[in-house]
Amino acid sequence: MERNPMRRQLAIMRQSLFDQGYLDEQFIQLEELQDDANPNFVEEVVTLYYRDSARIILNLEQALERKPFDFNKLDGLMHQFKGSSSSIGAKKVKAECTLFREYCKSGNGEGCTRAFQQLKREYATLKRKLEAYFQLARQAGPAETACCRKE
Amino acid sequence: MNSSSGKGSMSAASSSAAWKAGDVVPDQFPAGLRVLVVDDDPTCLMILEKMLRTCLYEVTKCNRAETALSLLRENKNGFDIVISDVHMPDMDGFKLLEHIGLEMDLPVIMMSADDGKHVVMKGVTHGACDYLIKPVRIEALKNIWQHVVRKRKNEWKDFEQSGSVEEGDRQPKQSEEADYSSSANEGNWKSSKKRKDDDDEAEERDDTSTLKKPRVVWSVELHQQFVAAVNQLGIDKAVPKKILELMNVPGLTRENVASHLQKYRLYLRRLSGVSQHQSNLNNSFMSPQEATFGPLSPLNGLDLQTLAATGQLPAQSLATFQAAGLGRSTAKSGIAMPLVDQRNIFSFENPKLRFGEGQQQHMNNNKQLNLLHGIPTTMEPKQLASLHHSAQSIGNINMQVTSHGVQGSQNNSLLIQMAQPQPRGQILNDSTGSHAPRLPSTLGQPILSNGIAANVSTRNGIPENIRGPGYNPVSQTSSLLNFPMNHTSELPGNSFPLGTTPGISSLTSKGAFQEDINSDVKGSGGFMPSYDIFNDLNQHKPQNWELQNVGMTFDASQHSNSLQGNLDLAQSILVQQGFSSGQMNGQNRSAAVVSKAMFSAGDCTEQGNAQNVNHHLNNLLVDNTIRIKSERVADAGPANLFPDHFGQEDLMSALLKQQDGIAPAENEFDFDGYSMDNIPV
Repeated sequence: MERNPMRRQLAIMRQSLFDQGYLDEQFIQLEELQDDANPNFVEEVVTLYYRDSARIILNLEQALERKPFDFNKLDGLMHQFKGSSSSIGAKKVKAECTLFREYCKSGNGEGCTRAFQQLKREYATLKRKLEAYFQLARQAGPAETACCRKE
Repeated sequence: MNSSSGKGSMSAASSSAAWKAGDVVPDQFPAGLRVLVVDDDPTCLMILEKMLRTCLYEVTKCNRAETALSLLRENKNGFDIVISDVHMPDMDGFKLLEHIGLEMDLPVIMMSADDGKHVVMKGVTHGACDYLIKPVRIEALKNIWQHVVRKRKNEWKDFEQSGSVEEGDRQPKQSEEADYSSSANEGNWKSSKKRKDDDDEAEERDDTSTLKKPRVVWSVELHQQFVAAVNQLGIDKAVPKKILELMNVPGLTRENVASHLQKYRLYLRRLSGVSQHQSNLNNSFMSPQEATFGPLSPLNGLDLQTLAATGQLPAQSLATFQAAGLGRSTAKSGIAMPLVDQRNIFSFENPKLRFGEGQQQHMNNNKQLNLLHGIPTTMEPKQLASLHHSAQSIGNINMQVTSHGVQGSQNNSLLIQMAQPQPRGQILNDSTGSHAPRLPSTLGQPILSNGIAANVSTRNGIPENIRGPGYNPVSQTSSLLNFPMNHTSELPGNSFPLGTTPGISSLTSKGAFQEDINSDVKGSGGFMPSYDIFNDLNQHKPQNWELQNVGMTFDASQHSNSLQGNLDLAQSILVQQGFSSGQMNGQNRSAAVVSKAMFSAGDCTEQGNAQNVNHHLNNLLVDNTIRIKSERVADAGPANLFPDHFGQEDLMSALLKQQDGIAPAENEFDFDGYSMDNIPV
């Protein structure tokens, strides 16, 4: 019973992530994959994402320090990053990736730099929110984690 | 070795292995579908794995393309379908796709976050059976099994068409084998599949992304164009894309060219490998030249004799042979040209030949080689062994051929060999000589299987066109080949349509390429002789003819189309040998080996890794035989013939006598992708 308020809170938190556009349908796909065999699947995937994407972010930063910009390389890196981000349903991050790639294609170095900064912000914001979400989910009780979806 | 039983069981095993998913009670399918997923992104990989597991598939994941390829290579029959990302750091996804298509011929689904039209188109042109846009949803994965079913169904169709053997009618009737080999081998496998396919047929249509390519018929002209393009580019540089551009044939796809090229390579390999044998064999075989070979025989006989006499098979002669064999007089000139080209390309004389210079010389004698091609069956394993030694290069070629799994090539090899009898002869001689002692030991080797494997591989590898009727016979041949190996029963029967059948018919059916030749071949039964050579040492004549015919036929066909034809021919011959009587005479064996060698030789040029080939050959031989798709070799019967009768040792020795140096062309049979499924050798 104690969990109820927590679960409710969890559900609200989750819903707002969707409503504010931080997450999209793909996140639900992950949630659906979570089962008794993998009760923390979503959290595991998101953790893996943040770990792996940190590496790409670093590569991007390094590439953006080299002038002139190697747009092909930047585009390639961003393509990878976009793929990862979209697979966990990181909607806003994905949008920033797309924007970045557009700038790459048009050779707009300035635009790339700006887009990258914005991307990092969104990326950090989402990370914060998801961490809070998973933490609450763990507190709310393992059975209910992330699966409290309002039908 | 008479442990054909081993093979037989192998085939059974492989069939089941291959059809694992299907073996499961039909209604459980697609559960258990073995999926290999390749993606460098760990997040995506983890998600995909979970999704696929949820779909009840058996998932193997890897994050590098190279790893995936080795996994696939090690376990030829271990997966049903591959899902790969397009952008990967170590290898481009499309390249991986190409490799898989050529070597293993598994359905491949591409994935990417990129949904640009041109990228998707690239997937299509490279032969991907589907293209998924990331992020991938589980719904998209639930239906991937349809690609597996569809592909198998198409393969079956190829077999059926070529072999025109009913599914139900699988019992190998040795005599008629031509189509039989493939169908026989396939039969069991096929029938089970077919049933399944029928069930799923309704579902097959919904996949719009899977383009069903119309089968391309590799006519003489088309093949000549192909060969011209390849020559122009240089065997080493001949990649499907460029060949396609050079050929500039509307409607021809890169995949068509790729599969054809695969076969061609095998053929070349075979030629180079066999030429050595051939020369040896040719001598013996040439004389008889009876008209037993059917349509080919009359001309073949004549030509062959000429060849024998001169010891060199000039392009012209070859052309004649071809024409004769094929029954196309007009083709002569045309063929002559290609022959020359081929010879040039594949001839050992060419520096291009990987074989190495030595081989080239050998080739010179090769007239005979052609004949040898025909006798792949028993000779192969041994031959290969011997070839290996003597004709390192050839071996390589063979290997290459087989490795590529270009079955078509095998056939071509025969032709090529014909064209270059001279070089081959020497090689063969040398090889046989040296190998003689080896043969017995190597018999066990899959050399034959290589041939068969070659066929098989071709078959497998080149589903589209080659599968044609030619395949059927090939499979049979394969079996024969396997015999020496003993296990061959499994012979490529599966893979090589050519296989055992008394070959010629099978050859014809061979596939698109073969169309021309096959018809000719069929009538002649000359091809069959190849096998007969082994069997009926006594009756050299028919046998010789067979080889010769085969060679000729192949030539003709080769030029015209399809490497396959050659392969088939060779295959058939080989098969025939095996089946016909199990009495592998030394000659037969030699012939077989030679044939193989010839093929190999032919392919050598392509491969250029002559040295490697040798090595490979040996290995391949073994592998090949093993690999011969067990599925195909359902009808171990014929294949077993050999072992029973000859035992590999016998064959080998016989061959050795004959050829003296016929290097085991078997290597050729090492089709790369074909998965000569585990034919235990």
